[in-house]
Amino acid sequence: MNEGQSTGSSDRLLAEALGCVRGGRILFRGLGFALQSGQAGLLTGPNGVGKSSLLRLLAGLLPPSAGGCTVPETKALCDDRLALDEQLPLEQALRFWARLDGQSDAAVTAAMARAGLDHLAEVPVRYFSTGQRQRARLARTYLSGARLWLLDEPANGLDTDSVAQLGLALQCHLDGGGIILAASHIPLPISFHLTLQLQPLEELEASL
Amino acid sequence: MISAIATIIWRDVRQSYASGGTWLPVVFYLSAATLFPFAVGPDRELLLQTGGGILWIAALLATLLPLDRLIQPDLENGVYDQLIVRGLSDEMIAAARMVSHWLAFGPPLLFAAFLASGLMGLEGAALGTLLASLAIATPALAGLAVMIAALTAGLKGAGALGGLLLVPLAIPLLIFGAGSLSAQGGSALLFLAAISLLLVAITPFAAGAALSAVRE
Repeated sequence: MNEGQSTGSSDRLLAEALGCVRGGRILFRGLGFALQSGQAGLLTGPNGVGKSSLLRLLAGLLPPSAGGCTVPETKALCDDRLALDEQLPLEQALRFWARLDGQSDAAVTAAMARAGLDHLAEVPVRYFSTGQRQRARLARTYLSGARLWLLDEPANGLDTDSVAQLGLALQCHLDGGGIILAASHIPLPISFHLTLQLQPLEELEASL
Repeated sequence: MISAIATIIWRDVRQSYASGGTWLPVVFYLSAATLFPFAVGPDRELLLQTGGGILWIAALLATLLPLDRLIQPDLENGVYDQLIVRGLSDEMIAAARMVSHWLAFGPPLLFAAFLASGLMGLEGAALGTLLASLAIATPALAGLAVMIAALTAGLKGAGALGGLLLVPLAIPLLIFGAGSLSAQGGSALLFLAAISLLLVAITPFAAGAALSAVRE
């Protein structure tokens, strides 16, 4: 694991004085927040402000340039990449991740149903539309059984019904004691305990 | 952790065999071996003397073919990111990719070498040595291929660059591999095994470092 990230059996997401530098530019610094079990956080801010970088940092894909974070042991990242075999039918493609996450085949069926994809189980992933791909990403996240869900624009490309369905799945995860941190510019139908407004650093410093 | 690695390797191997990518090096290998007797003529003595070396060069060239499909697709598709999120290390991912690549590349190549040796008139002890030297060297070739695929992933024109990088690194393998076919080849086979072990030990770490660098 990356230095600066401690992974414990802790049931909370804690960021302390986090800083992130990308391409020689400071995206954010001194960022601190905490989310307990059953709580959801919303990340907002203009494009390029570092929302995705923060999510990747918490997922352990980027090292923080300063500060540290405590994350639950199991986490799932839902970003703009599918990570499913395009050639395989959806059900088989999801089964790969189910096996890695120690989930049963029944859990695959359940996750597809929650994402509204059960009728596409036998269809190869390469034929999926934009919205269906997004739902497949969500199904992979539902399937993970992870405590913490890091969602990067989870409602992108979804129609109104699918957003409502997404809201149900998120609420269900929170009710089960999960934690969600989502970056979204589309309103998500759950109540957030925390809104993190990321701002471009130049503006922040100009206003001081 | 072991079962996770096995799952990943099984997925990769199944994918290579299902996509037909496994047979491309084999067909290439056989066609290269077929061309050679046409080019130099059917002189049996000449073919016997040079055939083993030609089959070795063909094996090196066949290693280059799948370079752009080894790492790039999964990297672009976010598969490696998802594996890292699940707590696997870059080195482990690279090692698993090496094993799965060897499983999809080594045995078919040995089979192709067996067929092609007939065209060169190799038989008996010479055939045995050729197959042994290829069997010893293919894990190292798979390791080099994965390392170079990881180093060049995300670059434009990665295929040509990969060839330039791989050929010099594979020269020791070629020297001792083809050298083992000569009359005093026993020690060459041992040197080949030593180099192969060294490359197999080093390449997962180099490939892992490349995967971790490309993520940032």
